[in-house]
Amino acid sequence: MTLPTDAEIDPALLSVRGLTKHFGAQIGCQEVSFDLWPGEVMGIVGESGSGKTTLLRCLAGVVEATSGGVRYRQRSGPPADLLTMPEPARRRLLRTEWGVVHQDPRDGLHMGVSAGANVAEPLMALGGRHYGNLRGAARDWLERVEIDVDRLDDRPTAFSGGMRQRLQIARSLVTHPRVVLMDEPTGGLDVSVQARLLDLLRQLVADLDLAAVIVTHDLAVVRLLADRLMVMRQGRVVEAGITDRVLDDPHDAYSQLLVSSVLQV
Amino acid sequence: MTAITASAAAGYTFAYLDEQTKRMIRRALLKAIAVPGYQVPFASREMPLPYGWGTGGIQVTASIVGPDDRLKVIDQGADDTTNAVSIRRFFARTAAVETTTETAEATIIQTRHRIPETPLKDGQIMVYQVPMPEPLRRLEARETETRRMHAHADYGLMHVKLYEDITRHGRIATSYDYPVMVHGRYVMAPSPIPKFDNPKLDNSPALQLFGAGREQRVYAVPPFTSVRSLDFEDYPFEVQSWGRPCALCGDTGSYLDEIVTDDRGGRMFACSDTDHCAERRAAGCRGPSEGQAAVGQRSTR
Repeated sequence: MTLPTDAEIDPALLSVRGLTKHFGAQIGCQEVSFDLWPGEVMGIVGESGSGKTTLLRCLAGVVEATSGGVRYRQRSGPPADLLTMPEPARRRLLRTEWGVVHQDPRDGLHMGVSAGANVAEPLMALGGRHYGNLRGAARDWLERVEIDVDRLDDRPTAFSGGMRQRLQIARSLVTHPRVVLMDEPTGGLDVSVQARLLDLLRQLVADLDLAAVIVTHDLAVVRLLADRLMVMRQGRVVEAGITDRVLDDPHDAYSQLLVSSVLQV
Repeated sequence: MTAITASAAAGYTFAYLDEQTKRMIRRALLKAIAVPGYQVPFASREMPLPYGWGTGGIQVTASIVGPDDRLKVIDQGADDTTNAVSIRRFFARTAAVETTTETAEATIIQTRHRIPETPLKDGQIMVYQVPMPEPLRRLEARETETRRMHAHADYGLMHVKLYEDITRHGRIATSYDYPVMVHGRYVMAPSPIPKFDNPKLDNSPALQLFGAGREQRVYAVPPFTSVRSLDFEDYPFEVQSWGRPCALCGDTGSYLDEIVTDDRGGRMFACSDTDHCAERRAAGCRGPSEGQAAVGQRSTR
């Protein structure tokens, strides 16, 4: 499969074409294609082992894709293919225009340093060298994610699971990214904390005009947050469409099974 | 070659290490000098002293020392501490080189924890003993990751440490092994010298070599290379001050050691660089004498 020309993808922020990742004979994900437009939230659902996280890791450049293309329209400059661009440039891009939220906050945070330092670190990586400004930015962001600013100098080890997750979100948004990749952002949290976090995410996504890719196995999360939805199974996309359409009128047999297996309380 | 061997102690190669090892270390050093601040791996040998006592420094010295060199060895600024005395004697015995305690006279100065107060000259070589060559290690435990960070000059994490310092102590409290940026490219650990000595690294006319034996790394700062201490715009780098002169020689601009003089809280502050202090006293400089050492006595509360 070939990448579309610049004219074709002009409006899309991110174009993924035929993205494939094999782990030896094992299929991670196979021939995944989608477009992401500015301000749009894309949900990816599927059972465990369906390739959701692998796809996300390929996008974030954590693992190298076997084949395919990921074309990204940068804030300035020509569209770039993330899979072939040189590593320093890709790291810079990921740092300035992308944010990643991990399922386990411990993967995304430095647990040994204060909350403020965690939020300010991406800014320091971009050359922020004014302590007062860095601290101010960290304080602002703690407020935005509803963490008491008194906790600015506490370490994340002293935080609850929900607070850690919110801290991680603050850290990934502090550089004002355009695309955020979230891997099970509400996984492992209890239901009421989940609800608050979802509320917060929905608000932030709307306020900041973020484009986001959210990987989850929780259909309620995508119903609430995602504009469009992809259902994955065994590394392939089996169905894609507007979230409400897919959830209310699933066409694929597996999607039907997935939707019907949600427990009703 | 034969002449050199003859002058050394019987049974040893000149300067203890075999020629192939010295050659290997010299090659690593050449690479280190070519890429200032970059840590070059080398096959560190076992030396007849324990790790942490200067195995890296001693290997570097052994591979660069020649029969015409004059060697000075200091430990915490002093020429007469155990480590300094034994390393000096080691080279006097195995390489039959001349040794000295005078900074100005020395061609090679192996040091632990200090840079001499006497300004270094063109043609001198400083050899630092380094316990931990990786400045990012405390912040990032993975070697693969720290190498990548160096490769991409991705040094945001280094400032996190300084940020934490200010947050916790109100100022940058790191007082030794203070991270520096070499030639605007590599962040480097200057070995555990006090940050008081950091400005002496910058644009020094002497060649500065760093050897870490246990970690098997050498790195270097060539003469006249910029070495900048990391800081924040609103918390600039500054060095320690004592607000008092050396009790023995009266110098107000040197690094002072606090020396406990009795068991009632009596203290005195004296130059850590013994050669510098002795030289000043020989020239007739006097401090507020030993008799007033109890000036700093703690008030009883």
